[in-house]
Amino acid sequence: MCGICGCDAGEARIDGNPSPEAAHPPLIRSRTTPASHDHGHGHGHGHGHDHIHGHSHDHHHRDGHGHALQSPGIVPDTGREHLVAIERGILSKNDGFAAANRARFAEQGMLALNFVSSPGAGKTSLLVATIEGLKKELPIAVIEGDQETENDAERIRATGVPAVQINTGRGCHLDAHMVGHALDSLPVERGSLLLIENVGNLVCPASFDLGEAHKVAILSVTEGEDKPIKYPDMFAAARVLVISKIDLLPYLRFDLERALDYARRVNPTIEVVRLSTETGEGMPAWLEMLRRQARAARAGLPGGAGAGREERGDGLAAMDHRRRAAAI
Amino acid sequence: MHELSIATSLVELACDHARQHEGRRVTKVMIRIGVLQHVARSLYFCFDNVARGTACEGAVLEIEEVGLTVECPACRAVKAPSGLYNFRCPDCGVPTPQVVTGRELQLVSIALAPDAASDRPALGRAGDEPIYARSTS
Repeated sequence: MCGICGCDAGEARIDGNPSPEAAHPPLIRSRTTPASHDHGHGHGHGHGHDHIHGHSHDHHHRDGHGHALQSPGIVPDTGREHLVAIERGILSKNDGFAAANRARFAEQGMLALNFVSSPGAGKTSLLVATIEGLKKELPIAVIEGDQETENDAERIRATGVPAVQINTGRGCHLDAHMVGHALDSLPVERGSLLLIENVGNLVCPASFDLGEAHKVAILSVTEGEDKPIKYPDMFAAARVLVISKIDLLPYLRFDLERALDYARRVNPTIEVVRLSTETGEGMPAWLEMLRRQARAARAGLPGGAGAGREERGDGLAAMDHRRRAAAI
Repeated sequence: MHELSIATSLVELACDHARQHEGRRVTKVMIRIGVLQHVARSLYFCFDNVARGTACEGAVLEIEEVGLTVECPACRAVKAPSGLYNFRCPDCGVPTPQVVTGRELQLVSIALAPDAASDRPALGRAGDEPIYARSTS
């Protein structure tokens, strides 16, 4: 259990059913053979970095703790630790699932977007307005992530497009594995626009690649304009920033220019769209951006115009790729 | 807030490697974390809990923190910005979206107990200070 937020893994449910995660083999357990002989031992080790603290790095065994008799064929205890160099990204398993999702999206010519924001910024309202604006032109499917309830998926289904709800339980974000399973139960067509609404949280979803083309961060004008520097990881990880609820600007002291300045401080190349789903202001530009990106995704399909080439944002895609590579 | 997921992935990865070495117990887990991940210290809170009941139980977590450096496209050089979230060249002021170091989240190595079948995990970490290392490169 996380001592900070209490979040936990393995509780996710997809459309109310336990996630296949639960059926996966547990971590390996250490052997619990009863002790049969005791001996003390010391450990030496070396590593190449400087330490702030000058405290000792002694091994944390109590002297005289027990060890089981060695099985035949196992190297005898030499009293030395065995160091195994690994050098792999800690989230490399998630990254592997994300790469599989990404390959699936490319194969289907799908544009997958990962919507992230704090709770209440208007993710679901933006999705509904986006679906209403594009459903006659494009096949659309939605994956909804929330800790509990099917409410958001029901709002989406009311628009007539298929939606799968992932309930993460105490989990604070979607991961690529959950999204992969959700995809299995979602009827998606070639060239679909897949909208993934992450759990409302400006921290954790930043670290988990779902295989999406890019993240869309939403900041509503009813929030503080300093959110981009308070939660910089998320705004640094997003390619597009949507400023939502701009119809409310006359009633608020939200300093839009300052918010954009903060966002560019953490992400100098972030693209900004300002809109209101209530009045429709800014929606045409937003929908046009999605049409362009969806066309580029479809162009990657065999026979598509400009096969294999992205229309824009190549530099950013490359940056995301390098960022991922650095973490592996 | 996602330390638990990171700790879970870390323990799982370390256990996978331990399994390749006759299921030996892991005595130490060395990781490298960039300052932009903001999880270094908080990982100590959940590592022990996640490791309980696994081959990593009782293992010492050692963290190497990597500082932020960016590549300035104007100076064509790697620089250290003045602040964690001021992605500008400290010398010429040009925006520097290209992060060179600071986003690491890597399992560097693990140390395995000398024998294959340890009876029980190490005890008594109470009173020990977290081991905390910083690399300025």
